[in-house]
Amino acid sequence: MTTATAEWKVRIQKEDFNVNDEIELMKKVSRNIGGVTTFLGTGRAISKGETISKLNFEHYPEMAEKKLEELRQKAIKDFGVIDMSIIHRIGEIDIGENIVLIVAASEHRGETFKACEWAIAELKRTVPIWKRETTGSGEVWVSPTP
Amino acid sequence: MITVKYFANLKSIVGREEEKLDLGAETTLLKISEAISQHSPNMGELIREKKVMVSVNMEMVPLDAVIRDGDEVALLPPFSGGV
Repeated sequence: MTTATAEWKVRIQKEDFNVNDEIELMKKVSRNIGGVTTFLGTGRAISKGETISKLNFEHYPEMAEKKLEELRQKAIKDFGVIDMSIIHRIGEIDIGENIVLIVAASEHRGETFKACEWAIAELKRTVPIWKRETTGSGEVWVSPTP
Repeated sequence: MITVKYFANLKSIVGREEEKLDLGAETTLLKISEAISQHSPNMGELIREKKVMVSVNMEMVPLDAVIRDGDEVALLPPFSGGV
């Protein structure tokens, strides 16, 4: 069953996010939290041997948020984390800037590592978001990477 | 009317972000692909060759799904979010 989510827990947004602020928000969810694991994805300058000057992300509004919420619910159910937040940026992103953040919190560390690893892999596989890279030879939509 | 949405590189293949199709009360993806082929043969072929994924009302569906009047169909190239 899908339960109502506080808006901050699943977001797709143009603006940057602050990792520390997101961790602090997560820590307030429960006094039983004893471990928080984060995955932060950032824009890198080289992809498949090409130098990238800029990234651009597009999403399918509503469906992408819905799929992120499904991931969050599944992480709680299957990995036993207390909670998870997932934020993905869209629009133009420079090299070195934040792209995606996953914050997993639980009583102990083990399930948070597993849930984070699983969530980023599932996000890439199931959430309708697409990346376009600008290189010296022009703009190209990126094929999925494992 | 069915709304068909295009994303990422598919928008430049069809030259539009979305379109409306009137294909009766119930139809199939094959019939939708044939209607799209009239203005974008390459796009129609991508659907028939299963080179795009399809969602109906924001849920992924197999290519034999039944599409009903009022549905929102989205044609989705392979996802590449994350890093």
